[in-house]
Amino acid sequence: MKEREELVTKIEEKLAGKVVSSRRDIPNRMYVYIEGENLPEAVRLLFDELSGRYVILTGVDTPAGVEVLYHFSFDGVGLVVTLRVLLDKDKPEIDSITPIVRGAEWIEREIHELLGVEFVGHPNMRRLILAEDWPEGVYPLRRSYGKNTT
Amino acid sequence: MSLKLKALCKSPWIFHVNTGACNNCDIELVDALTPRFDVERFGIVLVGSIRHADALVVTGGVTRQAAPRLKRLYEQAPKPRLVIACGTCACSKGIFHDGYHMAGPVDQIVPVDIYIPGCPPKPEAIIDGVVKLLKKVA
Amino acid sequence: MKRTIIPIGPYHPLQEEAGFFQLQVEGEKVLDIDVDLGYNHRGIEKICEARTFDQIPFVVERICGICSTSHPLAYVQAVEEIARVQVPERALYIRTIIAELERLHSHLLWLGLAGHFIGYNTVFMWAWRYREPVLDIMEEMTGNRQNYAMMKIGGVRRDILEQDLPKIRKMAEDLRPVLDMFVGAVMDDPVIHARTKGVGVLTPEDARRYGAVGPTARASGLAIDVRKDDPYAAYDRLDWKVITWESGDVFAKAAVRLLEIAESIKIVLQCLDQMKPGEIDAKVKEIPPGEGIGRVEAPRGETFHYVRSDGSNRPVRHKVRAPSYVNVPTFKATCIGQTVSDATIILAAVDPCYSCTERMAVVDAGAGKRPVEQYDLVALSQREGQKMLGSLAGKVAQTTLEKKLAEGYRRIEWKAC
Repeated sequence: MKEREELVTKIEEKLAGKVVSSRRDIPNRMYVYIEGENLPEAVRLLFDELSGRYVILTGVDTPAGVEVLYHFSFDGVGLVVTLRVLLDKDKPEIDSITPIVRGAEWIEREIHELLGVEFVGHPNMRRLILAEDWPEGVYPLRRSYGKNTT
Repeated sequence: MSLKLKALCKSPWIFHVNTGACNNCDIELVDALTPRFDVERFGIVLVGSIRHADALVVTGGVTRQAAPRLKRLYEQAPKPRLVIACGTCACSKGIFHDGYHMAGPVDQIVPVDIYIPGCPPKPEAIIDGVVKLLKKVA
Repeated sequence: MKRTIIPIGPYHPLQEEAGFFQLQVEGEKVLDIDVDLGYNHRGIEKICEARTFDQIPFVVERICGICSTSHPLAYVQAVEEIARVQVPERALYIRTIIAELERLHSHLLWLGLAGHFIGYNTVFMWAWRYREPVLDIMEEMTGNRQNYAMMKIGGVRRDILEQDLPKIRKMAEDLRPVLDMFVGAVMDDPVIHARTKGVGVLTPEDARRYGAVGPTARASGLAIDVRKDDPYAAYDRLDWKVITWESGDVFAKAAVRLLEIAESIKIVLQCLDQMKPGEIDAKVKEIPPGEGIGRVEAPRGETFHYVRSDGSNRPVRHKVRAPSYVNVPTFKATCIGQTVSDATIILAAVDPCYSCTERMAVVDAGAGKRPVEQYDLVALSQREGQKMLGSLAGKVAQTTLEKKLAEGYRRIEWKAC
């Protein structure tokens, strides 16, 4: 689709210099790997300048570290752009994007609870979905949590 | 005590508790109120306050957050009180049996008088379960 | 003089899922609102990591009862993206039919609940009654009224039998006059106008900031709908419209849902016309390493699933995002500044995957009044409706809606259900 290709080119231009690597195996899915320090600016470019729609964040615990994926949708052309950052395994920390995207407040709280990621500058970091008596510092989505135990 | 129980069986007032259900059991329960099934003709009434309840209908596999509340509600219900575990999750946690946030099933938190399995149990099954319970108790 | 609100007792007869809403009020005005989730957290994403790819549709179906089809469909689409699977055409049509029938009974359910909150129990009873034929058809086709277990990676698990096609068609066509009746009665009713127009307005800018989706966003003028933007199943082969409304208030959200029911009926009938005999399963054996995204327009908005595979028979990661996750937070923008008696209907307008309005409680800490329970908040909303009926030439307004429904009901040939 012509408009989609034009948008992809525009996104690549705007993000130029911040991208570590990028992949687009299927026309409507784009995955862009960037460094953590460039994340807030990249989000601002996609969300404010290009009016992408905020979808959600995904946290993944991998052997290399904790990945956080930021999914944005460009509805007019059916494109989903996913920004990917890889954070340090022992001290995963990244700037919060809630000041830019109001809707990200909940998911950053959730990823903090379930994976232990520190979102610096989050306006309202507190428990969201785990029980009040769930122990601090136990992150159920981490691989080290092991198999499910009640 | 037995006089009260007899009265309960004539017209049980039911209080519904959702301890982390997906809604299906809850919807089928409320469906029992609608014209097709119309449980009110059996004298079964859904009430809004635990203090008026004769029976607790519990749905959901009791998440860790909901467990203390379920216990507290059970204690607040005036005796004699019955507990109906409605749905597979309430009976046995079902498909969520290995979830890290599950404290249930219901009989681990409060004593259960009847189990109505199903995912979700049809309104007919729920009515059948309640009627069986009333017969057993009377 | 600010008063703090303490929530009490999250249980109410009409509640669905459990969550705690906390309102801070001053007099009649809502100053702030927050929610305490966690009652419903079952740890599904972790559970999915311990299941094989083909077991997962059964787990995610039970995330939410009414969005029961959208989750497995989004999931299988994500996995089909990883494995580059071509789903057979008949399966695409069957998926569409199931998804639209679900939209039908979900919107009717919402209509009933909204009616109940405003004080029209007739609307509640009848909307839920008209859901029954849809559920009956689902039971005939799939074996269950909810939780259909139809989706599988590569296609659908069961075919729709030839002898069932005329029944589905008849059910969809019978719903048309019912819908006309509801649209006529509800959209013209003066009390509903008074209770919902200008109430709980979500501006397009706020909708964007929160990432709102579905009827919540479309009621604020944002024409986003996954079925048009990123077509899946058979939607790009069918003729239908995306419904939007400009005002962004509770009335707009109701109007969008009502008109969407009409579009759903259209879509189902077209599928029945166009569907040809054929395979329903692409018979996928293995999932290669990779990642995929599946999106579906659930009744509440975009359902988004992300799946990562490492070539084994279980996913490495399965992220589930339901539409209510982004829609419910819009309460910060729509409830603040509104009156307490409207809070119930504003929250319900988002059609949260749980009837969170039942979860509300208000306490005037300093006034020595007895705590207002959630049951009373719904009653407060209903009393507001009654008050308006009183001020709008009394009994006349009240019976108009009910009279219209009764007339419509008599006109429709209704087989005993």
